[in-house]
Amino acid sequence: MRLKAENISFRYPCGHNYVLKDVDFEVESGEIVGLSAPSGYGKSTLGRILAGYEEPEKGGAVTLDGRPLPKNLFNPVQLIFQHPEKAVNPKWKMKKILTESGTPPAELISAMGIQEGWMDRWPAELSGGELQRFCVLRALTPKTRFLIADEMTTMLDAVTQAQIWQVVLAYAKEQGMGVVVISHERALMERLCSRIVDLEQANSPV
Amino acid sequence: MRETVELHKKQGVGRAGGVRLLPAGLGIRERTIASAVLLTGIFLFILIGGSLVTDDMLRVDLTNIFAPPGGSHLFGTDWVGRDMLLRTLAGLSLSIKIGVLCSVFSNIVAVVLGILGPTLGGKVDALVSWLIDLVLSVPHAIVIILISLACGGGMKGIVVGVTLTHWTSLTRVIRAEVLQIKEAEYTKISEKLGKNSFYIAKEHILPHVLPQLVVGTVLIFPHAILHEASITFLGFGLPPHEPAIGVILAESMQYLTSGSWWLAFFPGASLILVSMLVDRVGKNIETLISPATAYKGI
Amino acid sequence: MKDEEYLLKVENLGVSFSQYTQGLKKTRLQVITDLCVELRAGEILAVVGSSGSGKSLLAHAVLGILPENAEETGSIFFEGRKLSQRDKEALRGKEIALIPQSVNFLDPLQKVGDQILSGTGGTSGPGQKRRRRTEQAEALLARYGLEPGVARYFPHQLSGGMARKVLLQTALAADCRAIIADEPTPGLDPDSLAEVLRDFRAAAAEGRGILMITHDINAALQIADRIAIFYAGTTFEIAASSDFAGDGAALRHPYTRALLQALPDRGFTPIPGSQPLPGELPEGCLFCGRCPQQTEECAGRRPMFRDLRGGKVRCIHAT
Repeated sequence: MRLKAENISFRYPCGHNYVLKDVDFEVESGEIVGLSAPSGYGKSTLGRILAGYEEPEKGGAVTLDGRPLPKNLFNPVQLIFQHPEKAVNPKWKMKKILTESGTPPAELISAMGIQEGWMDRWPAELSGGELQRFCVLRALTPKTRFLIADEMTTMLDAVTQAQIWQVVLAYAKEQGMGVVVISHERALMERLCSRIVDLEQANSPV
Repeated sequence: MRETVELHKKQGVGRAGGVRLLPAGLGIRERTIASAVLLTGIFLFILIGGSLVTDDMLRVDLTNIFAPPGGSHLFGTDWVGRDMLLRTLAGLSLSIKIGVLCSVFSNIVAVVLGILGPTLGGKVDALVSWLIDLVLSVPHAIVIILISLACGGGMKGIVVGVTLTHWTSLTRVIRAEVLQIKEAEYTKISEKLGKNSFYIAKEHILPHVLPQLVVGTVLIFPHAILHEASITFLGFGLPPHEPAIGVILAESMQYLTSGSWWLAFFPGASLILVSMLVDRVGKNIETLISPATAYKGI
Repeated sequence: MKDEEYLLKVENLGVSFSQYTQGLKKTRLQVITDLCVELRAGEILAVVGSSGSGKSLLAHAVLGILPENAEETGSIFFEGRKLSQRDKEALRGKEIALIPQSVNFLDPLQKVGDQILSGTGGTSGPGQKRRRRTEQAEALLARYGLEPGVARYFPHQLSGGMARKVLLQTALAADCRAIIADEPTPGLDPDSLAEVLRDFRAAAAEGRGILMITHDINAALQIADRIAIFYAGTTFEIAASSDFAGDGAALRHPYTRALLQALPDRGFTPIPGSQPLPGELPEGCLFCGRCPQQTEECAGRRPMFRDLRGGKVRCIHAT
């Protein structure tokens, strides 16, 4: 499978400047691609467009094997945000949050280091590192073909970062899932990715 | 296992150099529950008491007119010898009924408009906002009087009048809440997980809106009963033969100058007391459900 | 070293919160236990730990801004003097300054120059005085390589790196002795990061003590003289940055070594399990269950925080 973004241009409403201008990007199933650029070059915006959270301007399109991303249905391209605190409903308990996308296998839950006792907790009782494990696992469904990790572990300590990524890497390998790593941490990208796209060169916003 | 206060003390860390010890007394949850229980008790007392007051008990007794408050008549008697305590009870029970009706109807309007506006967006939302601004920009009392008169007065007039002027504040709160949750990351993620808008409204939005609704409804209540009393007092509300507080207060005007202060004092004070109590409960619930204060054992 | 020689010393700090769990059941949740930190004048001490390890609460406790339902035990000394809540309030912003995480903590409606000087007394006055203050703000900005025009910016016009500099300025302008920087590094590209760290170094060289709270051990290694490792609300180790060199053989605590080995440019090897939640802490050593060196003795009781090879460690097996 191939996730392809062609000729992507994007401006935020009311903004005159292009965040992205005529950007092309693609990633194959099973491939782990890094997306790097200094802040302000539209890394996150491209990530949001790839996962269908934003629409590119006319003339550009995101396709999955040539077909547009599904709307109002499960999206095989899932996005993980930087701040897990905002990505969970504070009025839901952890079990409900985790199973919103179905019940993950027990091995995956324990590989993530998620304790049984956390399931009955409210999000406010867990720290960012603990919440992010839930958010990542929620996105790793059998129907997920691509994962966009937007600064997924930037706010986490090294041990938790390695723990979450090892699970994601193993899952990607087993399921042939493609991963896009958005990060400004060079060492992490070099460790994870087979290819790194420099958006500073690919993108030339005016 | 959670470390309880006892365990904490056993370990001996509790006292050494503690900056400030928490009051061992009641926390916010206990206070809220206590006030809600007290309020329910008073409500039940007034409603049951009020319904037990029959015309027979309020018989004219000309041998006992203008009796000041005392042993046999706690609130005194009026110019035809009727017991003011019984009249006040009957009046309050009517006020509470009207207050509940107004709160519930305002609530329904607020939920419908507050959720429909942001959900349908565009012109519908603009219309809702415009309606809110319109209602908020005219003085309440005058509009209630006009509507009440147009509806032919009485209970129906008051309920329609108060409802049509009091749905705005709650609608604004709900609309803002829905707008915010619709834009929240967890709602967007839910959409991408293939959940439909009905699921999102029910599972994501409703749990946030529900507590606001409870608070909003409780806080409309005091407004409703005070408005009812004031426009009845002015003669635009309930008819003079109803045992309403407003009617009692209007009548008492004639006798205040002759020193019968209890005719106005007790009914008026009771009305204010009930509305303050309800307001207190509403504010307590608000603290209880606000994420900033909810879990604090203070 | 005697107590007076430390600029800031935190001894056996404990913080607990009184909370409702279910219905009317209240519990006291112990979030920090036996936290120890010492900061010397002229040094940068990095406090490294994961989210939930208690590093932000340490800052709140030192500044005296814990919420109402918190209870604090242990002692905090500033220049040898034990601090009461009133002392903290008096020192806050004058002797001890906090550099918050983001520009969101700046007043969005006030120009940057005025905010930098707000720590030094009245913000703006008429005519002559105002001009002098503007010059003063511009001089401060210039010292850390910012254009004088930045003084006239509003906070939302600043980039991440600039914002960090401005936040540092607000602390420096007040001429404080100790600076607590809460997560000053996330979201910065390598160039801005290097620059921010250089600014911190310069501030420390003037004799200030800087406590840098971070989860990013790489950033800590780049700048700090010593590093305190936090875990589950306690201090596991205080080590010199040089102890982290190579494969970390000079380190004392198994968690510190695990942290080093988990870095992407090292082994990227995680350890299983997770940091225990407050209220679910094990009886013995807090690293129990995840520690490769664990013995029966570890599960029995909490290890003491002891001096070892010029640093400090809380592990009975460390040699």
